[in-house]
Amino acid sequence: MWRFFHKLGSPKHFYRIAGAWIPWLALFCAGFMLVGLYLGLWVAPPDYQQGESYRIMYVHVPAAWMSLFIYVVMAGAGAIGLIWHMKLAEVMAISSAHIGASFTFLALVTGSIWGKPMWGTWWVWDARLTSELILLFLYLGVIALHNAVEDKRTAARATSILAIVGVVNIPIIHYSVEWWNTLHQGPTVTKFDAPSIDVRMLIPLLLMAVAFKLFYAVVVLMRARCEILQRERNTQWVRQLAGES
Amino acid sequence: MTTAEFFHMGGYAFYVWTSYGLTLIVLLANVLSPLRQRRKILADLARRERRERKLK
Repeated sequence: MWRFFHKLGSPKHFYRIAGAWIPWLALFCAGFMLVGLYLGLWVAPPDYQQGESYRIMYVHVPAAWMSLFIYVVMAGAGAIGLIWHMKLAEVMAISSAHIGASFTFLALVTGSIWGKPMWGTWWVWDARLTSELILLFLYLGVIALHNAVEDKRTAARATSILAIVGVVNIPIIHYSVEWWNTLHQGPTVTKFDAPSIDVRMLIPLLLMAVAFKLFYAVVVLMRARCEILQRERNTQWVRQLAGES
Repeated sequence: MTTAEFFHMGGYAFYVWTSYGLTLIVLLANVLSPLRQRRKILADLARRERRERKLK
């Protein structure tokens, strides 16, 4: 067991193990997504207030959850990289940034498209929407800072600190709908008593959430493999790999 | 539910399908970007390898 983790920490073995996992993770992701879409778009009943428009939820909510989840992973990996100087953690942190930014963008845009028919406006400067927009800027800041610093290890240190400081925004986003009066509805799934959502709507939502998590796992490993190739370009095994291709 | 009703989405077709379309684009971009990057890195490395062999 410990040997396995030790091996996982070495870029060469991580590259190989990640390569073996990616097809399986992708397969499960596709399975969850297909069933989730079928149940969500076809089987689940329309909402009694919002009609069919609520079906945007099946992409909007998982994307928004992922925007928070990936940020926490990125900041956590950044912290591990800072404390234990683990190269692999640095790789995971920066690989997560691009994906997290894209999910944040998706959550904002699908939310906006949902807001137009339901609230009558594309955008309002309320707490939930504004704090999510700040999250997007945090991601973009991390990416820009990483690109601005030439040396990869210095860049990783700087971006990790920025990512960790930005974590303060995560609880603000989560509780924004409770702390402030906002147009955005309150949580219906992630609260302590039973979810106040019909089970026929809840199941596809959870399936889509799992699918999005698996999707993140697939693409973060793909990106991490690229990042490792870049960083290890002068090692024997990467040279050999390049020679074979 | 008929197929026509399905695509009509109770009058919200534009909003619902735009959201799903954008989601598809973002997911595809996330897959294609590392694939392209990987090809580029390997091509660069292979070029470097060839150049070094010539210099020897």
